[in-house]
Amino acid sequence: MATEPRQVRLAPPLRAEDLRELRLGDEVWLDGIVWGVRDASLIRLFDEGQRPDVDFAGAVFLHTAPSVRRDGDRWLPVSVGTTTSMRSDRFTGGCVVDLGVGAIVGKGGLSARSVAQLQQAGSVYLAITGGAASPETQQIEEIEDVVWTDLMPECLWKFRVKDFGPLFVAIDAHGGSQYQAVQDRAAERLAAAYERLGL
Amino acid sequence: MTTTATGPARVRWEDGEGAYDDLVEVSAALYKKALTDLPPDVRSAVRRTQHAEVEAGARRRLEVMVEAISVSDESGIIVCQDTGICVFFIRIGTEAAVNGARLVEALRAGVARATERHHLRSSIVHPLTRENRQDNTGVGIPDVHVEFEDGGDEVEILIVPKGSGSENMSFMKMLQPADGVAGVKRFILESVVEAGPRPCPPTVVGVGLGGTSDLVTALAKRAILRPVGEPHPEPEIADLEEELLEVLNSTGIGPQGLGGATTSFAVHVEYAATHISSNPVAVNIQCWRGERARATVAADGGVTYGY
Repeated sequence: MATEPRQVRLAPPLRAEDLRELRLGDEVWLDGIVWGVRDASLIRLFDEGQRPDVDFAGAVFLHTAPSVRRDGDRWLPVSVGTTTSMRSDRFTGGCVVDLGVGAIVGKGGLSARSVAQLQQAGSVYLAITGGAASPETQQIEEIEDVVWTDLMPECLWKFRVKDFGPLFVAIDAHGGSQYQAVQDRAAERLAAAYERLGL
Repeated sequence: MTTTATGPARVRWEDGEGAYDDLVEVSAALYKKALTDLPPDVRSAVRRTQHAEVEAGARRRLEVMVEAISVSDESGIIVCQDTGICVFFIRIGTEAAVNGARLVEALRAGVARATERHHLRSSIVHPLTRENRQDNTGVGIPDVHVEFEDGGDEVEILIVPKGSGSENMSFMKMLQPADGVAGVKRFILESVVEAGPRPCPPTVVGVGLGGTSDLVTALAKRAILRPVGEPHPEPEIADLEEELLEVLNSTGIGPQGLGGATTSFAVHVEYAATHISSNPVAVNIQCWRGERARATVAADGGVTYGY
């Protein structure tokens, strides 16, 4: 966090060398395909072992469950936002190590185990600003495909995005986690406050 | 801020059936308003925090929140994709000619109507089967809290569609009297630090003190209804709020838990008397958006919309 954050524009499939270059705090903007996943679709991918005919190497996964509406044979976004990543934490290894996903976009961060799996795969976790779904929705150019509509709204969503961001590198490909750094600092400062207040 | 007509301007009290149809519409309008048009106190807290923030990343994240508010004002897109779990707080004047049971039914029906009308995601499922009715209602939900106002002739309806990210960060403990105020403070501070990034900070921290196990939890929820940063009227409670806020912001958890000066906009405490053997404390966290919307229905049926 000492160096000035940089702005980086990327388009999936993400390349290993670009991911390795990213530093904590860097601001990332994406153009192209982002896949929406969450509890039910991840359970189907990993616990039930079903795989769509898609190469996820270098792909971007977004933790989401959107509101959509049907217009003829198209799906239009009503609200696409990002959900708490911790609920999908146990699937991180499957996403980045098994499928080769390059970046997971979410909010709230992932566990230490996920940080290690991201490092092993050379992948990153990008934090979006949670709760700010209205600009995020406008950055979705099109819903190109919906896999497993029976899981609505927890299907596998293929979004095409433009100027998607700002996203912040919160867990890098080298085992660094800004969440962990902030939580460690918070614990120290809380202990200091207890001392000061005689608690 | 949008000031366009939100919902029906009048409830036809004189028309028995018609009045409850109107109340369904009032409820539907309130749900959409709460999700789209954030309260003025929330708007100013976000802006104030953005101006005061020194860490570059935290500032950027607060800028995105400011942008989200404007985008929703201009486009009518709901601010967050989480349509929440709806909780109503209603106050019925004892002189108001309203059937309370029908009112509750109308409020619940309004949530279902808004869900269909605005293509809102249905976030409500059965706790065991996880079956989703696709209309944001289910057994006991929306939850409706009722109060009476002696001599009043109005009906006040407040809706809080509570997002799961923050609601999942709820904590309650029956401390012992010997744990004292120090134990209470530690429990509150540790709960918020443990929640870290997950409730979408900067948050409003609602605290309940005293009462019983269920009352203390309800008080914590009630505490988040207050306009952001409005202190408790009793000075010793207001002092506690200020002290806790200062410590929380000194932790540097910051917006979205990625570091920064503002972890919480405010701490609000509500309390009730308790048993000599009890020392209950509860924490209910509200995310940065602090969604809520209010309608007041006068004796002549006129409806005023607010927050």
